[in-house]
Amino acid sequence: MGLLDGLFGRRKARGPNLDALFAVPTAAITLQVSLDLVPTGQGAVAFRAAEGRAFADIEAEVRALLDADSGPPVKVVQDHFGYTWLVVDTDPPDVSAVVTDLHAVNITLAEHGFGPQLLCTLVPFRDPAGHMVALVYLFKRGTFYPFAPEADERRDSVTELRIRDLVQGELPWEADLTRWFPVWDAPGLA
Amino acid sequence: MARTRYGTDRGLTARMFGTMFGLGLLYVILAAVMYSLGVSAIAVLLIAGGLLLAQWWFSDSLAMAAMRAHVVTPEQAPQLHGLVDRLCAMADMDKPRIAIADNDAPNAFATGRTAKRSVVVVTTGLLRRLDRDELEGVLAHELSHVAHKDVTVMTIASFSAILAGFMVRSAMWGSMMRDRRDQNTAIVFLVVMLVSVLVYCISFLLIRALSRYRELGADRGAALVTGQPTALARALQKVTGEMGAIPTRDLRQMEPVASFAFVPAFSRGSGGGFGLETLLSTHPPLQKRLDQLARIAADLGQR
Repeated sequence: MGLLDGLFGRRKARGPNLDALFAVPTAAITLQVSLDLVPTGQGAVAFRAAEGRAFADIEAEVRALLDADSGPPVKVVQDHFGYTWLVVDTDPPDVSAVVTDLHAVNITLAEHGFGPQLLCTLVPFRDPAGHMVALVYLFKRGTFYPFAPEADERRDSVTELRIRDLVQGELPWEADLTRWFPVWDAPGLA
Repeated sequence: MARTRYGTDRGLTARMFGTMFGLGLLYVILAAVMYSLGVSAIAVLLIAGGLLLAQWWFSDSLAMAAMRAHVVTPEQAPQLHGLVDRLCAMADMDKPRIAIADNDAPNAFATGRTAKRSVVVVTTGLLRRLDRDELEGVLAHELSHVAHKDVTVMTIASFSAILAGFMVRSAMWGSMMRDRRDQNTAIVFLVVMLVSVLVYCISFLLIRALSRYRELGADRGAALVTGQPTALARALQKVTGEMGAIPTRDLRQMEPVASFAFVPAFSRGSGGGFGLETLLSTHPPLQKRLDQLARIAADLGQR
Protein backbone atom coordinates (compact mmCIF):
# COMPACT_ATOMS: atom_id res chain seq x y z
CA MET A 1 0.00 0.00 0.00
CA GLY A 2 1.32 3.38 -0.98
CA LEU A 3 1.84 6.29 1.35
CA LEU A 4 -0.98 8.24 -0.29
CA ASP A 5 -3.41 5.39 0.16
CA GLY A 6 -2.47 5.34 3.81
CA LEU A 7 -3.00 9.07 4.11
CA PHE A 8 -6.37 9.02 2.43
CA GLY A 9 -7.67 5.90 4.10
CA ARG A 10 -8.21 3.84 1.02
CA ARG A 11 -6.85 0.58 -0.19
CA LYS A 12 -6.88 -1.06 -3.55
CA ALA A 13 -8.90 -4.23 -3.58
CA ARG A 14 -6.55 -7.06 -4.43
CA GLY A 15 -7.17 -9.06 -7.56
CA PRO A 16 -6.10 -12.67 -7.84
CA ASN A 17 -2.74 -13.98 -8.99
CA LEU A 18 -3.45 -17.22 -10.78
CA ASP A 19 -0.40 -18.51 -12.59
CA ALA A 20 0.99 -20.72 -9.84
CA LEU A 21 -2.16 -22.82 -9.89
CA PHE A 22 -0.81 -24.79 -12.83
CA ALA A 23 2.13 -26.00 -10.75
CA VAL A 24 -0.18 -28.25 -8.73
CA PRO A 25 -0.15 -31.33 -11.01
CA THR A 26 3.65 -31.56 -10.80
CA ALA A 27 3.60 -31.14 -7.05
CA ALA A 28 0.89 -33.79 -6.84
CA ILE A 29 3.25 -36.35 -8.40
CA THR A 30 5.93 -35.55 -5.83
CA LEU A 31 3.40 -35.83 -3.00
CA GLN A 32 2.25 -39.19 -4.30
CA VAL A 33 5.78 -40.57 -4.68
CA SER A 34 7.21 -39.37 -1.38
CA LEU A 35 4.22 -39.27 0.99
CA ASP A 36 1.74 -41.60 -0.67
CA LEU A 37 -0.77 -38.76 -0.86
CA VAL A 38 -3.21 -39.33 -3.70
CA PRO A 39 -5.36 -36.57 -5.17
CA THR A 40 -9.06 -37.20 -4.53
CA GLY A 41 -9.93 -35.83 -7.94
CA GLN A 42 -11.85 -32.98 -6.39
CA GLY A 43 -11.06 -29.33 -6.06
CA ALA A 44 -12.89 -26.28 -4.79
CA VAL A 45 -12.88 -22.54 -5.14
CA ALA A 46 -14.15 -20.41 -2.28
CA PHE A 47 -15.48 -16.91 -2.76
CA ARG A 48 -17.64 -14.43 -0.96
CA ALA A 49 -20.65 -13.83 -3.16
CA ALA A 50 -21.24 -10.11 -3.62
CA GLU A 51 -24.79 -8.90 -3.30
CA GLY A 52 -26.76 -7.89 -6.38
CA ARG A 53 -27.79 -9.26 -9.72
CA ALA A 54 -24.41 -8.91 -11.40
CA PHE A 55 -22.64 -11.43 -9.22
CA ALA A 56 -25.50 -13.91 -9.28
CA ASP A 57 -25.51 -13.83 -13.07
CA ILE A 58 -21.79 -14.46 -13.30
CA GLU A 59 -21.94 -17.24 -10.77
CA ALA A 60 -24.59 -18.95 -12.89
CA GLU A 61 -22.44 -18.40 -15.95
CA VAL A 62 -19.46 -20.06 -14.29
CA ARG A 63 -21.49 -23.06 -13.25
CA ALA A 64 -22.86 -23.48 -16.76
CA LEU A 65 -19.32 -23.28 -18.10
CA LEU A 66 -18.04 -25.98 -15.76
CA ASP A 67 -20.99 -28.27 -16.41
CA ALA A 68 -20.51 -28.00 -20.16
CA ASP A 69 -17.83 -30.70 -20.19
CA SER A 70 -18.42 -34.35 -19.41
CA GLY A 71 -17.96 -35.69 -15.90
CA PRO A 72 -19.77 -35.14 -12.61
CA PRO A 73 -21.61 -31.80 -12.28
CA VAL A 74 -20.31 -28.95 -10.16
CA LYS A 75 -21.50 -28.90 -6.56
CA VAL A 76 -22.26 -25.64 -4.78
CA VAL A 77 -21.76 -25.57 -1.03
CA GLN A 78 -22.44 -22.68 1.36
CA ASP A 79 -20.23 -22.79 4.42
CA HIS A 80 -21.17 -21.37 7.80
CA PHE A 81 -19.01 -18.31 7.29
CA GLY A 82 -21.12 -17.19 4.35
CA TYR A 83 -18.67 -18.25 1.65
CA THR A 84 -19.63 -20.17 -1.45
CA TRP A 85 -17.57 -23.17 -2.54
CA LEU A 86 -17.77 -24.45 -6.10
CA VAL A 87 -16.64 -28.07 -5.96
CA VAL A 88 -15.44 -29.69 -9.16
CA ASP A 89 -15.13 -33.43 -9.35
CA THR A 90 -13.34 -35.68 -11.84
CA ASP A 91 -13.83 -39.37 -12.33
CA PRO A 92 -11.29 -40.93 -12.66
CA PRO A 93 -9.27 -38.42 -10.60
CA ASP A 94 -7.45 -36.00 -12.86
CA VAL A 95 -5.59 -33.18 -11.15
CA SER A 96 -4.82 -31.34 -14.37
CA ALA A 97 -8.50 -31.20 -15.33
CA VAL A 98 -9.41 -30.04 -11.82
CA VAL A 99 -6.84 -27.26 -11.92
CA THR A 100 -8.02 -26.15 -15.35
CA ASP A 101 -11.60 -25.91 -14.10
CA LEU A 102 -10.58 -24.02 -10.97
CA HIS A 103 -8.55 -21.65 -13.05
CA ALA A 104 -11.55 -21.02 -15.31
CA VAL A 105 -13.71 -20.07 -12.32
CA ASN A 106 -11.16 -17.56 -11.15
CA ILE A 107 -10.53 -16.04 -14.54
CA THR A 108 -14.24 -15.59 -15.16
CA LEU A 109 -14.88 -13.91 -11.82
CA ALA A 110 -11.81 -11.73 -12.16
CA GLU A 111 -12.73 -10.66 -15.69
CA HIS A 112 -16.04 -9.32 -14.47
CA GLY A 113 -14.42 -7.31 -11.73
CA PHE A 114 -15.13 -9.73 -8.91
CA GLY A 115 -11.52 -10.84 -8.40
CA PRO A 116 -11.49 -9.32 -4.91
CA GLN A 117 -14.30 -11.70 -3.92
CA LEU A 118 -12.07 -14.76 -4.32
CA LEU A 119 -10.84 -16.35 -1.11
CA CYS A 120 -8.87 -19.48 -1.90
CA THR A 121 -8.65 -22.64 -3.94
CA LEU A 122 -8.33 -26.04 -2.39
CA VAL A 123 -6.98 -29.28 -3.83
CA PRO A 124 -7.48 -32.22 -1.46
CA PHE A 125 -5.33 -35.36 -1.13
CA ARG A 126 -5.83 -38.55 0.84
CA ASP A 127 -3.23 -40.93 2.29
CA PRO A 128 -3.78 -44.71 2.54
CA ALA A 129 -4.86 -44.38 6.19
CA GLY A 130 -7.63 -42.01 5.14
CA HIS A 131 -6.12 -38.79 6.48
CA MET A 132 -6.96 -35.75 4.42
CA VAL A 133 -4.49 -33.10 3.38
CA ALA A 134 -5.21 -30.11 1.19
CA LEU A 135 -3.12 -27.68 -0.76
CA VAL A 136 -4.70 -24.29 -0.25
CA TYR A 137 -3.96 -21.54 -2.72
CA LEU A 138 -4.34 -17.94 -1.58
CA PHE A 139 -5.28 -15.88 -4.60
CA LYS A 140 -4.31 -12.54 -3.22
CA ARG A 141 -0.82 -13.74 -2.33
CA GLY A 142 -0.25 -16.18 -5.17
CA THR A 143 1.05 -18.70 -2.60
CA PHE A 144 0.18 -22.15 -1.32
CA TYR A 145 0.07 -23.66 2.11
CA PRO A 146 -0.74 -27.19 3.26
CA PHE A 147 -3.68 -27.88 5.53
CA ALA A 148 -3.95 -31.20 7.38
CA PRO A 149 -7.10 -31.22 9.52
CA GLU A 150 -7.61 -33.70 12.34
CA ALA A 151 -10.64 -34.46 14.45
CA ASP A 152 -12.02 -31.74 16.77
CA GLU A 153 -10.64 -28.85 14.76
CA ARG A 154 -7.01 -29.64 15.40
CA ARG A 155 -4.44 -29.58 12.66
CA ASP A 156 -1.43 -31.79 12.06
CA SER A 157 1.21 -29.12 11.71
CA VAL A 158 4.06 -31.64 11.61
CA THR A 159 2.66 -33.13 8.42
CA GLU A 160 1.99 -29.68 7.03
CA LEU A 161 5.59 -28.56 7.50
CA ARG A 162 6.86 -31.85 6.11
CA ILE A 163 4.81 -31.38 2.97
CA ARG A 164 6.16 -27.90 2.54
CA ASP A 165 9.75 -29.09 2.95
CA LEU A 166 9.31 -32.03 0.58
CA VAL A 167 7.77 -30.07 -2.24
CA GLN A 168 9.98 -27.10 -1.54
CA GLY A 169 10.91 -26.02 -5.05
CA GLU A 170 7.76 -26.89 -6.94
CA LEU A 171 5.20 -24.57 -5.42
CA PRO A 172 5.45 -20.97 -4.21
CA TRP A 173 4.84 -21.56 -0.50
CA GLU A 174 3.41 -18.98 1.81
CA ALA A 175 6.41 -17.94 3.91
CA ASP A 176 4.34 -16.23 6.61
CA LEU A 177 3.06 -19.08 8.78
CA THR A 178 0.47 -16.82 10.40
CA ARG A 179 -1.37 -16.77 7.08
CA TRP A 180 -1.88 -20.52 7.00
CA PHE A 181 -5.44 -20.08 8.17
CA PRO A 182 -7.46 -23.23 8.72
CA VAL A 183 -10.43 -24.13 6.53
CA TRP A 184 -12.23 -26.66 8.73
CA ASP A 185 -14.94 -28.69 7.07
CA ALA A 186 -14.11 -27.30 3.66
CA PRO A 187 -15.91 -29.22 0.92
CA GLY A 188 -13.77 -32.08 -0.35
CA LEU A 189 -12.06 -32.51 3.01
CA ALA A 190 -14.72 -34.73 4.56
CA MET B 1 -25.21 -10.66 32.19
CA ALA B 2 -26.25 -7.95 34.57
CA ARG B 3 -28.05 -5.06 32.93
CA THR B 4 -25.68 -2.41 34.08
CA ARG B 5 -25.21 -0.56 30.84
CA TYR B 6 -26.97 2.66 31.84
CA GLY B 7 -24.91 3.75 34.77
CA THR B 8 -21.64 2.19 33.73
CA ASP B 9 -21.70 3.42 30.17
CA ARG B 10 -22.54 6.99 30.97
CA GLY B 11 -19.65 7.12 33.36
CA LEU B 12 -17.37 5.51 30.85
CA THR B 13 -18.29 7.97 28.13
CA ALA B 14 -17.70 10.91 30.37
CA ARG B 15 -14.39 9.47 31.48
CA MET B 16 -13.21 8.77 27.99
CA PHE B 17 -14.26 12.13 26.65
CA GLY B 18 -12.65 13.83 29.60
CA THR B 19 -9.50 11.83 29.10
CA MET B 20 -9.36 12.66 25.44
CA PHE B 21 -9.76 16.38 25.90
CA GLY B 22 -7.66 16.40 28.99
CA LEU B 23 -4.80 14.51 27.42
CA GLY B 24 -4.54 17.03 24.64
CA LEU B 25 -4.86 19.95 27.02
CA LEU B 26 -2.18 18.42 29.17
CA TYR B 27 0.31 18.36 26.33
CA VAL B 28 -0.32 22.00 25.58
CA ILE B 29 -0.18 23.17 29.17
CA LEU B 30 2.90 21.14 29.84
CA ALA B 31 4.65 22.49 26.78
CA ALA B 32 3.59 26.04 27.57
CA VAL B 33 4.71 25.87 31.18
CA MET B 34 8.04 24.39 30.31
CA TYR B 35 8.56 26.92 27.59
CA SER B 36 7.71 29.76 29.91
CA LEU B 37 10.12 28.41 32.46
CA GLY B 38 12.84 28.69 29.87
CA VAL B 39 13.22 25.10 28.84
CA SER B 40 14.53 25.03 25.27
CA ALA B 41 12.15 24.63 22.36
CA ILE B 42 13.81 21.38 21.33
CA ALA B 43 13.20 19.86 24.74
CA VAL B 44 9.54 20.90 24.66
CA LEU B 45 9.12 19.31 21.25
CA LEU B 46 10.86 16.13 22.37
CA ILE B 47 8.73 15.73 25.47
CA ALA B 48 5.45 16.45 23.67
CA GLY B 49 6.47 14.08 20.89
CA GLY B 50 7.63 11.48 23.40
CA LEU B 51 4.32 11.45 25.23
CA LEU B 52 2.42 11.09 21.97
CA LEU B 53 4.78 8.35 20.80
CA ALA B 54 4.22 6.44 24.03
CA GLN B 55 0.48 6.77 23.58
CA TRP B 56 0.74 5.44 20.04
CA TRP B 57 3.10 2.67 21.08
CA PHE B 58 0.85 1.44 23.87
CA SER B 59 -2.44 2.26 22.12
CA ASP B 60 -3.53 -1.39 22.07
CA SER B 61 -2.87 -2.09 25.75
CA LEU B 62 -4.37 1.25 26.82
CA ALA B 63 -7.61 0.81 24.93
CA MET B 64 -7.94 -2.83 25.93
CA ALA B 65 -7.50 -1.94 29.59
CA ALA B 66 -10.04 0.88 29.32
CA MET B 67 -12.60 -1.47 27.79
CA ARG B 68 -11.64 -4.38 30.06
CA ALA B 69 -11.26 -6.50 26.94
CA HIS B 70 -9.43 -9.81 26.83
CA VAL B 71 -7.78 -11.42 23.83
CA VAL B 72 -9.47 -14.62 22.67
CA THR B 73 -7.81 -17.60 20.97
CA PRO B 74 -9.24 -19.41 17.92
CA GLU B 75 -10.36 -22.19 20.29
CA GLN B 76 -12.32 -19.77 22.44
CA ALA B 77 -14.00 -17.95 19.57
CA PRO B 78 -13.78 -20.10 16.42
CA GLN B 79 -16.52 -18.27 14.53
CA LEU B 80 -15.01 -14.85 15.16
CA HIS B 81 -11.52 -16.02 14.23
CA GLY B 82 -12.83 -17.79 11.14
CA LEU B 83 -14.47 -14.61 9.89
CA VAL B 84 -11.36 -12.53 10.52
CA ASP B 85 -9.08 -15.19 8.97
CA ARG B 86 -11.09 -15.11 5.78
CA LEU B 87 -11.35 -11.34 5.64
CA CYS B 88 -7.59 -11.03 6.11
CA ALA B 89 -7.00 -13.57 3.34
CA MET B 90 -9.36 -11.69 1.04
CA ALA B 91 -7.77 -8.33 1.77
CA ASP B 92 -4.23 -9.75 1.93
CA MET B 93 -3.33 -8.25 5.27
CA ASP B 94 -1.74 -9.44 8.49
CA LYS B 95 -4.20 -10.79 10.98
CA PRO B 96 -4.61 -8.67 14.09
CA ARG B 97 -5.41 -10.09 17.50
CA ILE B 98 -9.04 -10.41 18.47
CA ALA B 99 -10.48 -9.45 21.82
CA ILE B 100 -13.89 -9.49 23.42
CA ALA B 101 -15.11 -6.92 25.91
CA ASP B 102 -17.87 -8.00 28.23
CA ASN B 103 -20.18 -5.09 27.67
CA ASP B 104 -23.80 -5.02 26.61
CA ALA B 105 -23.44 -1.95 24.41
CA PRO B 106 -23.00 -3.10 20.81
CA ASN B 107 -19.71 -1.74 19.54
CA ALA B 108 -16.36 -2.66 18.11
CA PHE B 109 -13.07 -0.89 17.71
CA ALA B 110 -9.58 -1.48 16.42
CA THR B 111 -6.35 -0.09 17.78
CA GLY B 112 -2.63 -0.70 17.72
CA ARG B 113 0.37 0.60 15.86
CA THR B 114 0.83 -2.09 13.18
CA ALA B 115 -1.45 -4.72 11.69
CA LYS B 116 0.19 -7.52 13.66
CA ARG B 117 0.26 -5.51 16.88
CA SER B 118 -3.30 -4.36 16.38
CA VAL B 119 -6.25 -5.72 18.21
CA VAL B 120 -9.85 -5.75 17.04
CA VAL B 121 -12.22 -5.60 19.98
CA VAL B 122 -15.89 -6.48 19.83
CA THR B 123 -18.32 -6.27 22.71
CA THR B 124 -20.49 -9.18 23.77
CA GLY B 125 -23.45 -6.89 23.11
CA LEU B 126 -22.44 -6.68 19.46
CA LEU B 127 -22.02 -10.45 19.16
CA ARG B 128 -25.48 -10.98 20.60
CA ARG B 129 -27.26 -8.48 18.37
CA LEU B 130 -25.79 -9.01 14.93
CA ASP B 131 -26.13 -11.95 12.58
CA ARG B 132 -23.14 -13.42 10.79
CA ASP B 133 -23.15 -11.16 7.73
CA GLU B 134 -23.64 -8.02 9.81
CA LEU B 135 -20.85 -9.06 12.16
CA GLU B 136 -18.62 -9.69 9.15
CA GLY B 137 -19.35 -6.17 7.93
CA VAL B 138 -18.40 -4.67 11.29
CA LEU B 139 -15.20 -6.76 11.46
CA ALA B 140 -14.31 -5.70 7.92
CA HIS B 141 -14.86 -2.07 8.94
CA GLU B 142 -12.44 -2.47 11.82
CA LEU B 143 -9.92 -4.34 9.67
CA SER B 144 -10.11 -1.45 7.19
CA HIS B 145 -9.07 0.91 9.97
CA VAL B 146 -6.11 -1.36 10.61
CA ALA B 147 -5.26 -1.61 6.91
CA HIS B 148 -5.56 2.15 6.49
CA LYS B 149 -3.15 2.64 9.41
CA ASP B 150 -5.67 4.99 10.98
CA VAL B 151 -4.14 4.84 14.43
CA THR B 152 -0.84 6.10 13.07
CA VAL B 153 -2.45 8.70 10.86
CA MET B 154 -4.53 10.11 13.69
CA THR B 155 -1.52 10.13 15.99
CA ILE B 156 0.43 12.14 13.47
CA ALA B 157 -2.57 14.40 12.99
CA SER B 158 -2.82 15.15 16.68
CA PHE B 159 0.90 15.79 16.86
CA SER B 160 0.62 18.41 14.17
CA ALA B 161 -2.16 20.01 16.21
CA ILE B 162 0.12 20.19 19.19
CA LEU B 163 2.89 21.47 17.02
CA ALA B 164 0.57 24.18 15.70
CA GLY B 165 -0.20 25.29 19.20
CA PHE B 166 3.48 25.37 19.99
CA MET B 167 4.28 27.46 16.93
CA VAL B 168 1.74 30.10 17.85
CA ARG B 169 3.16 30.30 21.33
CA SER B 170 6.74 30.60 20.28
CA ALA B 171 5.87 33.29 17.75
CA MET B 172 4.00 35.31 20.35
CA TRP B 173 6.64 34.83 22.96
CA GLY B 174 9.37 35.76 20.53
CA SER B 175 7.74 39.02 19.48
CA MET B 176 7.11 40.01 23.08
CA MET B 177 10.67 39.28 24.02
CA ARG B 178 11.88 41.50 21.21
CA ASP B 179 9.80 44.39 22.47
CA ARG B 180 11.92 44.52 25.58
CA ARG B 181 9.25 46.54 27.32
CA ASP B 182 8.62 46.04 30.95
CA GLN B 183 6.10 43.28 31.02
CA ASN B 184 4.13 41.63 33.67
CA THR B 185 5.26 38.05 33.21
CA ALA B 186 2.06 36.67 34.61
CA ILE B 187 -0.08 38.43 31.99
CA VAL B 188 2.16 37.28 29.17
CA PHE B 189 1.94 33.79 30.46
CA LEU B 190 -1.85 34.02 30.63
CA VAL B 191 -2.09 35.25 27.04
CA VAL B 192 0.21 32.48 25.88
CA MET B 193 -1.98 29.96 27.63
CA LEU B 194 -5.20 31.37 26.19
CA VAL B 195 -3.90 31.27 22.64
CA SER B 196 -2.60 27.75 23.16
CA VAL B 197 -5.96 26.59 24.37
CA LEU B 198 -7.72 28.26 21.47
CA VAL B 199 -5.38 26.65 18.96
CA TYR B 200 -5.87 23.37 20.67
CA CYS B 201 -9.66 23.67 20.41
CA ILE B 202 -9.48 24.38 16.71
CA SER B 203 -7.15 21.45 16.17
CA PHE B 204 -9.57 19.34 18.13
CA LEU B 205 -12.36 20.17 15.68
CA LEU B 206 -10.09 19.47 12.74
CA ILE B 207 -9.06 16.12 14.10
CA ARG B 208 -12.72 15.24 14.60
CA ALA B 209 -13.39 16.12 10.97
CA LEU B 210 -10.50 13.93 9.88
CA SER B 211 -11.85 11.12 11.99
CA ARG B 212 -15.26 11.32 10.29
CA TYR B 213 -13.55 11.05 6.95
CA ARG B 214 -11.61 7.97 8.06
CA GLU B 215 -14.87 6.37 9.17
CA LEU B 216 -16.36 6.75 5.71
CA GLY B 217 -13.15 5.32 4.27
CA ALA B 218 -13.42 2.29 6.53
CA ASP B 219 -17.10 1.78 5.64
CA ARG B 220 -16.16 1.81 2.00
CA GLY B 221 -13.26 -0.58 2.48
CA ALA B 222 -15.50 -2.98 4.41
CA ALA B 223 -18.20 -2.91 1.75
CA LEU B 224 -15.69 -3.65 -0.96
CA VAL B 225 -13.92 -6.49 0.83
CA THR B 226 -17.08 -8.32 1.80
CA GLY B 227 -19.11 -7.39 -1.27
CA GLN B 228 -22.02 -6.91 1.13
CA PRO B 229 -22.64 -3.19 1.65
CA THR B 230 -26.23 -3.87 2.62
CA ALA B 231 -25.19 -6.14 5.49
CA LEU B 232 -22.96 -3.38 6.84
CA ALA B 233 -25.76 -0.84 6.46
CA ARG B 234 -28.05 -3.20 8.36
CA ALA B 235 -25.48 -3.52 11.13
CA LEU B 236 -25.15 0.25 11.35
CA GLN B 237 -28.89 0.69 11.56
CA LYS B 238 -29.23 -2.01 14.17
CA VAL B 239 -26.48 -0.68 16.35
CA THR B 240 -27.22 3.03 16.08
CA GLY B 241 -30.97 2.47 15.98
CA GLU B 242 -30.81 0.63 19.27
CA MET B 243 -28.56 3.27 20.68
CA GLY B 244 -31.18 5.84 19.88
CA ALA B 245 -33.66 3.87 21.89
CA ILE B 246 -31.41 3.55 24.90
CA PRO B 247 -31.77 6.68 27.00
CA THR B 248 -28.07 7.08 27.54
CA ARG B 249 -25.10 8.29 25.69
CA ASP B 250 -23.12 5.23 25.22
CA LEU B 251 -19.49 4.40 25.84
CA ARG B 252 -18.44 4.33 22.18
CA GLN B 253 -16.04 7.10 22.50
CA MET B 254 -12.44 6.31 22.91
CA GLU B 255 -9.39 8.51 22.67
CA PRO B 256 -9.21 9.45 18.97
CA VAL B 257 -5.51 8.76 18.96
CA ALA B 258 -5.95 5.31 20.37
CA SER B 259 -8.94 3.69 18.76
CA PHE B 260 -11.61 3.55 16.12
CA ALA B 261 -15.03 2.60 17.29
CA PHE B 262 -17.70 1.37 14.97
CA VAL B 263 -20.32 3.83 16.10
CA PRO B 264 -19.79 7.13 17.87
CA ALA B 265 -20.50 7.83 21.51
CA PHE B 266 -22.69 10.82 21.31
CA SER B 267 -24.03 11.44 17.90
CA ARG B 268 -27.68 10.59 18.19
CA GLY B 269 -27.83 8.95 14.81
CA SER B 270 -30.05 11.39 12.93
CA GLY B 271 -27.47 14.15 12.98
CA GLY B 272 -29.22 16.45 10.51
CA GLY B 273 -28.05 19.99 10.00
CA PHE B 274 -24.67 21.38 10.76
CA GLY B 275 -24.83 21.95 14.46
CA LEU B 276 -22.31 21.62 17.23
CA GLU B 277 -22.99 17.92 17.32
CA THR B 278 -21.96 17.51 13.68
CA LEU B 279 -18.75 19.39 14.35
CA LEU B 280 -17.81 17.50 17.47
CA SER B 281 -18.69 14.07 16.25
CA THR B 282 -15.94 11.59 15.41
CA HIS B 283 -18.34 9.67 13.18
CA PRO B 284 -20.33 10.87 10.18
CA PRO B 285 -24.13 11.00 10.51
CA LEU B 286 -25.77 7.63 10.03
CA GLN B 287 -27.60 8.79 6.93
CA LYS B 288 -24.36 9.80 5.26
CA ARG B 289 -22.86 6.39 5.93
CA LEU B 290 -25.97 4.62 4.66
CA ASP B 291 -26.02 6.74 1.51
CA GLN B 292 -22.45 5.83 0.72
CA LEU B 293 -23.17 2.13 1.22
CA ALA B 294 -26.24 2.36 -1.01
CA ARG B 295 -24.10 3.86 -3.76
CA ILE B 296 -21.59 1.00 -3.45
CA ALA B 297 -24.42 -1.53 -3.55
CA ALA B 298 -25.68 0.03 -6.77
CA ASP B 299 -22.18 -0.13 -8.27
CA LEU B 300 -21.85 -3.78 -7.31
CA GLY B 301 -25.15 -4.64 -8.94
CA GLN B 302 -24.13 -3.22 -12.29
CA ARG B 303 -23.13 -5.65 -14.96
